[in-house]
Amino acid sequence: MAFPQPRPQAPQLPQHLLRTIDCQQGAVRAVRFNIDGNYLLSCGSDKSLKLWSASRGTLLKTYSGHGYEVLDADGSYDNSQICSCSSDKTVILWDVATGQVTRKLRGHAGKVNCVQFNEEATVILSGSIDGTVRCWDTRSRRYEPIQVLDEARDSISSLKVAQHELLTGSVDGRVRRYDLRMGQLHVDFISSPITCVCFSQDGQCTLSSSLDSTLRLLDKSTGEMLGEYTGHKMKGYKLDCCLSSKDTHVLSCSEDGHVYCWDLVEGSLSLKLPVGKAVVQSLSFHPTETRLLTAMEGRVQVWVEKGSA
Amino acid sequence: MASDSDSDEDFVTYGTPLEPLEEDEPLKKPIPLHDQTVKDEKGRYQRFHGAFTGGFSAGYFNTVGSKEGWTPSAFVSSRQQKAEKHHARPEDFMDEEDFSEHGIAPREITTSQEFSSSRRDKAGEKARAISAQAALIPGDTLLEELIAPARSSIGVELLMKMGWKEGQGVGPRVKRKARRQQKDGGGKVYGCTLPPAGSEESEDDDEEFAPENVTFAPKDVTPVDFNPRLGVQGLGYRGLDPSLALLGHGTAEHIDLFKPQSETRNRLFGDTKSSSRRGGVVGQAFGVGALEDDDEDVYHRDSMSRYDTILGEEEPGDGLYGWTAPQQYTKKKDRSKDASYLGKILEGFTLAQKPLEEKTIFPPPSLPRDYRPVHHFRPSVDVSHLSGVSPALAEALRVSKGHMVKEEPQQAGRHQLDSGQRRALLGEDTLQGPSSVMELLRPEDRQRLLSLRNSSNPPSAKTSIPVSSHASQTSGKSAQVLPASSDLQQVSLAAWRGIQTSSQTFKPFEKNPSKQARYELYLSCLKQGDNDALEQSLDPGMTEWERSREREEFVRASILYRPTSSSLSSRFTRAKDQEDDDSVEVSPDQEGDLDDKQAAVKMKMFGKLTRETFEWYPDKLLCKRFNVPDPYPGSGIVGLPKVKRDKFSVFNFLTVTQSREAAAPPKPPESGKKSRWDVSEQKVEKKKEDLLGELLSAARNQTETKVEQTPTPALPALPASISSSDQAPGSKPEIKSSDQQSSEEKKDGDEEEEEEEESRPPMDLFKAIFASSSDEKSSSSSEGESSDEEEEKETKEDEGKMDSEPLNLFSIPSTSTTTTSSSATTTSFSSSANTSSSHQAAVSTQASKQEEEEFGPKLPPPSAALSRGGATSICPPSKEVKTGKKSKEKKHKKKKHYKHKKEKKVENEEKGSNQMKWLLPHAEAVTSFFFTEEETQEAQAQRNSRRRARRRRRRAGRRTGVDRRAAEKVRGHLSEHRKMTLMEWGGETLGN
Repeated sequence: MAFPQPRPQAPQLPQHLLRTIDCQQGAVRAVRFNIDGNYLLSCGSDKSLKLWSASRGTLLKTYSGHGYEVLDADGSYDNSQICSCSSDKTVILWDVATGQVTRKLRGHAGKVNCVQFNEEATVILSGSIDGTVRCWDTRSRRYEPIQVLDEARDSISSLKVAQHELLTGSVDGRVRRYDLRMGQLHVDFISSPITCVCFSQDGQCTLSSSLDSTLRLLDKSTGEMLGEYTGHKMKGYKLDCCLSSKDTHVLSCSEDGHVYCWDLVEGSLSLKLPVGKAVVQSLSFHPTETRLLTAMEGRVQVWVEKGSA
Repeated sequence: MASDSDSDEDFVTYGTPLEPLEEDEPLKKPIPLHDQTVKDEKGRYQRFHGAFTGGFSAGYFNTVGSKEGWTPSAFVSSRQQKAEKHHARPEDFMDEEDFSEHGIAPREITTSQEFSSSRRDKAGEKARAISAQAALIPGDTLLEELIAPARSSIGVELLMKMGWKEGQGVGPRVKRKARRQQKDGGGKVYGCTLPPAGSEESEDDDEEFAPENVTFAPKDVTPVDFNPRLGVQGLGYRGLDPSLALLGHGTAEHIDLFKPQSETRNRLFGDTKSSSRRGGVVGQAFGVGALEDDDEDVYHRDSMSRYDTILGEEEPGDGLYGWTAPQQYTKKKDRSKDASYLGKILEGFTLAQKPLEEKTIFPPPSLPRDYRPVHHFRPSVDVSHLSGVSPALAEALRVSKGHMVKEEPQQAGRHQLDSGQRRALLGEDTLQGPSSVMELLRPEDRQRLLSLRNSSNPPSAKTSIPVSSHASQTSGKSAQVLPASSDLQQVSLAAWRGIQTSSQTFKPFEKNPSKQARYELYLSCLKQGDNDALEQSLDPGMTEWERSREREEFVRASILYRPTSSSLSSRFTRAKDQEDDDSVEVSPDQEGDLDDKQAAVKMKMFGKLTRETFEWYPDKLLCKRFNVPDPYPGSGIVGLPKVKRDKFSVFNFLTVTQSREAAAPPKPPESGKKSRWDVSEQKVEKKKEDLLGELLSAARNQTETKVEQTPTPALPALPASISSSDQAPGSKPEIKSSDQQSSEEKKDGDEEEEEEEESRPPMDLFKAIFASSSDEKSSSSSEGESSDEEEEKETKEDEGKMDSEPLNLFSIPSTSTTTTSSSATTTSFSSSANTSSSHQAAVSTQASKQEEEEFGPKLPPPSAALSRGGATSICPPSKEVKTGKKSKEKKHKKKKHYKHKKEKKVENEEKGSNQMKWLLPHAEAVTSFFFTEEETQEAQAQRNSRRRARRRRRRAGRRTGVDRRAAEKVRGHLSEHRKMTLMEWGGETLGN
């Protein structure tokens, strides 16, 4: 390099509204980027799941087959499959291109709150209000789960997979991390019902939001608290939280219609993004760029950093 | 690259290569048969045409060379240029086809005579022989051969130039003493140089006289000439051989299968064995020749003496290397001479000084003639049966399964033994405690259970009824006298059939020994599966009345005291731990003190205090799918292994007020998985009782809906509430909340539940089972409302009862305030029933109700802004408001119920929206939870479907206990689920 790198700029935050998509599917229960951030999935309360182009905001496909509102969805690494879960107690594996139901997995005793593929999309993990996480095999034709993780004593509200680890947050106030490689289960007690859990991008920390309007960043290996983020309002609803793509900021939905954004290290509130008047239900951060999706009522909004677009 | 091209060049290609296939090229059409023609090199069709040129046409249409015909060669000769004399050859008059492969004069490359091998040119010889016959003097070639020049082939000349001499072998010279080939010097020697005369003597003396620097040419090797057998005769057959006849060889000579040429060799090297034989033609043929003396050999007799019986023993010293193994030559008279042979032995090896000891191999013993190779295993010897044998001997016998024991009767198989017998065999001590669950029960309970079972068993016994009826007909009147008892008989028969143990059975008629004897006879008959056991066992001397009575008694008794292996006991498993064992199996995540953790969380001391780590066993397949090695290979456990924990630990008692679960004795797994909210709820309710006990008792009298919510020991004093409504949901919280209830009492309650056949299972269960939202919406609204009214009332009451559960969902920290407010509203509501204000409040709580539908963290309302009318952004209502509203709403439900009767649904819808409107200013906190019109419709549809489900439920309630049992299970499993559905029930009323 002939020239020295320019001074590192402070990481930008997505605060410029790029686009508002009216999803026309009732309330949007969850909005998710796909693996590379080019598409987005919106889960509607009118039982439909929609696939949008993130760049143009056009509707690409509607997946209908659920019997009740869709609560969560996830796309596979190769974008060939989508899994979604719903209040109708089922998990559905979709074929992206045809929009057909590849498999409908029944077994949960209550509505299914969260669903995730593993890294290679060989297993679907779903957490339900019945307090269990079920691991479904996508490779075989078996309709029973591979394993049922029933350690939680209350509803599973959130679940994430990273490589060989499974992180679940439960209403019983515990964050459980199942380490498949070590064969261990780590339970972190956080008193208040957990609404959402995340791994940090580097996989060393876990972020959990709970109903005491607090986000906590815990060290994955020891369970010690690294940071605590407050100021938002999360008292009754199951709202999402996430980390920015470079682990610089912590973001959370709030019931007061804002998205709160804290600096991860300092814990100071760096942005209070006004989304609307209702509750911001779901959000999703772009995997690489500074780009944020928020879902409020029936709309999905795309936020980008200030300079761009 | 170069190497690549080289390797390409190495290939030899035969034939014409196929054209490279173009991928896009369409497939060529197959050539039709008539187009498949053969052309010669000039493009003329080759047609099959007879014998010339292999059958093909030749020339120009079988005439001369070309179309123009045969052109004569021109002959020009002048003075300057004299024409040379032209010698015409036959080839000049031939076509090209004649020179080709199939032509009459094919041109091919052959080796010239000079370079040809010594093999004779048979064709040439033949031609010469023929020409010789045709010559003037027959046999002319003899002269030619006589004067033939000495010519040697080029190979021989080359060899000569390299120093080879005729008679030597080919190859490098060897440092070896040249040997004589023949021991007897008198033999003829062909083709081999004689060894030098000096060495001849020394060899005879077997002395080593081998100068170091002298090498010798290798021995010449006579090539083995393999003559193929051409005739059809068998192996070893030789026809008449005139040469033999001339040489005068004798009769049957030794046939050597392995050396067909031995004869010729003998001729070559001279056969010493050939003694004076008579001449004459000898061979295998028919008849006796003219020169034969006698006809002794007319019939050929083969004898074994003419064959080799030993392999490998050949006469030594035939002077040939190569064909026979060289060991023949190395075999010397003295073995020690082999030391000189060392150079040829592998490096590092020496010849053994002593010869190997010969192993004497003993022949196996000869088997007796009647031996059959089958092994019979002796039956194991029961040592205890042997009396008068010392224990050591007995042990030895037992181990060896020896012979000296007299034959035992064949034991029954392992699976035919019952547990008692197996226990006796294994030497275990008998289990402690009662053998049957029935014995644990109180007598009246047992009676009740039995009657219940009797009433539920007939369907299962019905399969065997034809048999029983047949039996009863043969037996006479008993069938008419006791139509019901035949069923009972079957039951008892089924219970006792095949039961082995009779030692510990209860003796019901102990006071009357004869009767007891008859009863035991009856039992033994039952055990054998006898159908008319009853008739056989009864005393024929008794009167008819006595007999019928005794019959009934026996059947009853047999059912009452039937063995434990019958159906009831199969539903229970014996506790794994014995009662006096002082540890319980507890799921590990029940461990740990919640209080400590709570404190740690409050102090923000996350880390060791809040973290627990367990061994967790992932499924093997899951590991495979995650591309992770199994952390515990070979372990069959999946999930969390159970840990043992001290049963009477001090800590258990310390936490008893907080969490009953930890201190309670092992519970059925359903209740073990309880929601966290249950704990807090109990806490709350306890406090409530303490604080407001009297207030509540006052309220309880006024409102029976509220009464059931408060769990007090005084519950049985309110029979109305139990009888009027569906009991199942009510009884559950009762059990849960009463801490002091013993486990036995609990069991009682369960049994009672089981007993009531007609009572419905809880509706939330059916909601959970049947409610699939898709059909909820599609229901039509025309239903017989009047028939459902009563039920609806009941269910509403139920809702009222159960509403207390989700009440405290998110109010854990501020429990005291919540309870006070809720109880306060309870009282206020009871006093101000049926007032319009409560009506308003009720409608406003619809919204909060809806919010409560979600269990745990809720989902936000679909579109709050729509109904809010763009007012200020208001946060969700505070807990106090919510809970207060809810208790009010209960009353509203009642009211609304009446209203519902009167009004049509469409009006309801309108009303709902109207109410919303005029309620807007009323309760500001609730405004964010309004419903759009769409939602009220949805709620109504749900209500309709629920009504249908209720009817379904009523139908289902009449089903047998199987469904209900399953239902019970599910209900236990879904304690939180019920809460959720109950909340939905609350929400249901919104539409009205």
